[in-house]
Amino acid sequence: MISLHGLTKEYPGGVRAVDALDLEIADGEFFALLGPSGCGKTTLLRTIAGLETATAGRVTIGGTEVTGLPPGRRDVAMVFQDYALFPHMDVTTNIAYPLRIRKVPRAEREAKAAETASRLSLSELLARRPGQLSGGQQQRVALARAIACHPRAFLFDEPLSNLDARMRLEARTFLKRLQRELAVTTVFVTHDQGEALAMADRIAVMSAGRIMQVGTPAEVFQRPANTFVASFIGSTPMNLLPGVVRDGALHVAGAVLPRPDGVADGEEVVYGLRPEYMDLAEGEHADGFAGKVSVVENLGTAYLVTLDCGEHLVQAVVPEDAEPAPGAAACAVPRHRRALVYRDGELVTP
Amino acid sequence: MSTDAAGLGRGRAVGFMVPALVLIGVFLVFPALWTIYLGLTDFRLTGLAAADPKFVGAENYTAALGDERFHTSLWLTVQFVLGSAVIGQAGLGFAIAWALRDRSGPVRRVVEGLVLLAWILPSSVVAFLWIALLDGDQGTLNALLRTDGFAWLLDHPMASIVLFNTWRGTAFSMMLYGAALESVPPSHLETARLAGASAFQQLRDVVFPRIRGHMLTNLLLISLWTFNDFTAFQLTAGGPEGRSEILPVYIYNVALNGGKLGFGAAVSFLVLLINLVLALVYLRLLRGRRGVAA
Repeated sequence: MISLHGLTKEYPGGVRAVDALDLEIADGEFFALLGPSGCGKTTLLRTIAGLETATAGRVTIGGTEVTGLPPGRRDVAMVFQDYALFPHMDVTTNIAYPLRIRKVPRAEREAKAAETASRLSLSELLARRPGQLSGGQQQRVALARAIACHPRAFLFDEPLSNLDARMRLEARTFLKRLQRELAVTTVFVTHDQGEALAMADRIAVMSAGRIMQVGTPAEVFQRPANTFVASFIGSTPMNLLPGVVRDGALHVAGAVLPRPDGVADGEEVVYGLRPEYMDLAEGEHADGFAGKVSVVENLGTAYLVTLDCGEHLVQAVVPEDAEPAPGAAACAVPRHRRALVYRDGELVTP
Repeated sequence: MSTDAAGLGRGRAVGFMVPALVLIGVFLVFPALWTIYLGLTDFRLTGLAAADPKFVGAENYTAALGDERFHTSLWLTVQFVLGSAVIGQAGLGFAIAWALRDRSGPVRRVVEGLVLLAWILPSSVVAFLWIALLDGDQGTLNALLRTDGFAWLLDHPMASIVLFNTWRGTAFSMMLYGAALESVPPSHLETARLAGASAFQQLRDVVFPRIRGHMLTNLLLISLWTFNDFTAFQLTAGGPEGRSEILPVYIYNVALNGGKLGFGAAVSFLVLLINLVLALVYLRLLRGRRGVAA
């Protein structure tokens, strides 16, 4: 288990990369730190590893406080974005390196390296040097090096971002299966919301050094706690439209919708609905967003349609073969049950 | 594919080469050959042999190789190169570069500025500064240490010029290693730190293998420079009693002070050969590294 209490990392000059964070990561959990670049997620990971010293707060790993300990005594293993394999050592020596530092006898550590390598289908490559391996193989060697020393936690810094798109999907499934088998607490950093949703047991969405929401992928996807998370999560950005509650109804971008729960007359809110939950209809609908089709984007099995509704743009995902022609008039009808309402940026939908 | 990529034709290509070849011939090849020729004569600075040098064969070489003073001088030069270049400049230069690697701002600029200053000042100026520092009667060092009258240059001539040359030349190694350390990916050092590696283990396992080429190149350059360095002459002139007479100083003393130009030329040629061997050893080590990397 990894716990953070009031963890703060401030750089000289007063930049707070991590700002008074509290977080509990359960034993064996696959935990994602997700956020745009510069949000502090990598700094947070490095502070857990001990590569950065916390300005304030505490880090506890497996019940032991490690805040003041150097990285080598925290019993964690990290896999870097560039894998950080030592180019002058062969695969065996690379995998066995942490064991060598721990003074494990040569025969024992080579056996351990071979065993870990075979688990990751690297047995054929033991005598090669990193320069002779593909990106995916290098990644597996880096993983093997992390696994071979049986740490209390794995820390992955953007583990998939150096792979090409196709390899990335394979590696995603592979990593998730591996983590499940090993059941070692794992924290990984990513800026790719799809990656986080696909792999993690839980996700912390970060912005400006703070955690905006912690939850399971389903929670952060279905009920983003604030407009930041709402706009960040999802492969197509959520529609976030300003509206006002008047006379028991919600007036948004020309549409009059039933008043949602939790808001009162006269309040200004933001109406949020994913494009996937909009249905495109022809003709006028009182509870829909009428506009002109301005852009149609091909998503493969579906189309993302952008409607120009006067002041606002509304997006809807329509199935293939049902896409409208650009310039046509159309109406996007929301599925009300899926709608979320934000007041002052925070979710109010019960 | 034509081998004539630029499409010049043989004649014009040769035309472009000739000026450079002439310069190299006049200023490098000719003096070297002339030195070999002089080494085979009894050419002197003054007297009969100056007007009409006679061919004496290998006599100068056998004399030099049998000369006690040459042996001493060679041994002093080895001490000078090992002490001031390999240990002094390279060691100190690396230590400073390593200590400054993560630093920026005033500390780094001041240290680098001071080290560089020692390197860019003209040698006659720094020699004078060091004489002023080490002087027995009025020296700054004696004033600082309250060791009035202690003649450093007379009592410790070798230590003095080794220290002097370390101070003088560290900047080059510092800058070269500083640039080399930039090429070590931070994630590699951090991987070692996470494994629990000590500073020594990080250097041994991550840094040195990575910058081995830089280290060898640096050692080659500073060894050759130091082997041929004449600045020490301005501090001790090889004295007292030849106790700091490194090879360049020895050559100067026998050839110009002693007037035996032929003998001096022979010793110069021997030094050239030693330098050549030194360079070949380093280049071989470098090539060995490339073989491993490929």
